[in-house]
Amino acid sequence: MIQINIQKELHGSSGDMILDVKLSIKKGEFIALMGESGSGKTTLLRVLAGLETAKGEILVEEDTWMGDKQCLAPQQREIGFVFQDYALFDNMNVEENLLFVNEDKNLASKLLEMTELTALSKRNVQGLSGGQKQRVSLCRAMMKKPTLLLMDEPLSALDPAMRSKLEEEILKLHKTFGTTTIMVSHDTDASYHLADRIVVMKEGLIAGDGRPDEMLRETSSISYILSI
Amino acid sequence: MIETLQNMDYTPFILSFKLAGLTTLILFVVSVPLAWYLSQTRSKVKPILEAFTALPIVLPPSVIGFYLLVLLSQNSPLGQFFDEYLGVKLVFSFTGLVVASCFYSLPFMVQPLQSGFESLNKHMIEASYLAGKSKLQTVFKVALPNIKPALFTALIITFAHTVGEFGVVLMVGGSIPGETKVASVAIYEMVEVLEYGNAHIYSGIMLLMSFMTLLAVYIFNHTQNRKFGL
Repeated sequence: MIQINIQKELHGSSGDMILDVKLSIKKGEFIALMGESGSGKTTLLRVLAGLETAKGEILVEEDTWMGDKQCLAPQQREIGFVFQDYALFDNMNVEENLLFVNEDKNLASKLLEMTELTALSKRNVQGLSGGQKQRVSLCRAMMKKPTLLLMDEPLSALDPAMRSKLEEEILKLHKTFGTTTIMVSHDTDASYHLADRIVVMKEGLIAGDGRPDEMLRETSSISYILSI
Repeated sequence: MIETLQNMDYTPFILSFKLAGLTTLILFVVSVPLAWYLSQTRSKVKPILEAFTALPIVLPPSVIGFYLLVLLSQNSPLGQFFDEYLGVKLVFSFTGLVVASCFYSLPFMVQPLQSGFESLNKHMIEASYLAGKSKLQTVFKVALPNIKPALFTALIITFAHTVGEFGVVLMVGGSIPGETKVASVAIYEMVEVLEYGNAHIYSGIMLLMSFMTLLAVYIFNHTQNRKFGL
């Protein structure tokens, strides 16, 4: 179980607001975090990863990642993070990007095989397409065998065909490893396809939380909550 | 001509290269953490540190030379420390030249490195931290390998600038053959005594070396840009 209770002042393009999030996440759950731009979704992920500070508590099973007495650095948190712009290490090839996180060659081979990247394992990442880079980023995040996988709009930079392929691979990895996952997404279809639960944020607060079929019913739809 | 070149004293050039080599090595070790700090910090101290680092670029060499003489003299705390504990006199010595060179060549190492670090994708650095790597590991295994053009520029320009320096070197080191009489000082003395022939040869060598250095930097940057389709 992951318990999140955080508060942070945000100064965004939409103006100043308070990010105030209380969330409980079961082990192995896949949450799609949705909401309009500037609602605090990415900030929430970054606070969970230890890349930004906030007040409050983050309890992960029996460990306190953030609390009154301590705040673990990103290095000490069992987090896998998939950035929107891939954030691969350009000076390394595909395999080296994975082994930089964890020198387990068997795990690296398995992940590359699951995402159909084995043939590209020795290629420098700068020569890859967007879809290939995102798959490498996903594998790299999984190399840490994370307790929590965070994905910041992993599909947004991809064309529809590649988006579909990556959705399947994310699903495959989730079923294989059962990693608790939070994915920020603007894509309703992907969220419905992948997630066990959809959490909608608006102006720094949770405005909706439920199963995908509940959230997509007309009277409590995501667009209704966001007043689109 | 060949006989002149064969009989020429190359000691000033060897001294210049030795000075530049040592200075570049020391400055690399000192400047990497400084440049990294300046590139990552949002502290209010940053502009002050940047101004101090850049001072040698704008100050006249005679001003730098004068203050370095004061700093390194046997009457100063630094001079006394080196004299009493290491048995080294800093003024009019090769060691003093190295210390002086590190001061006036500092911005030529720090600024390209800082610019290089600032141009890096912030998320790539964060990905390294999330991979469990410390800041030191991140700098050496991720940041530096990804700023090769900036790193190369910093090393080469620092080396070349140190080889070419004259005013500070003359004030702090004087002209002691085999000790502080570097190539630039040797040329100055040849002109003073009207030895234009030797001055031409020495200057020609310095001109050729400077051009080759710059050419190497530009060719490397051009190759890197072509490699990555920029």
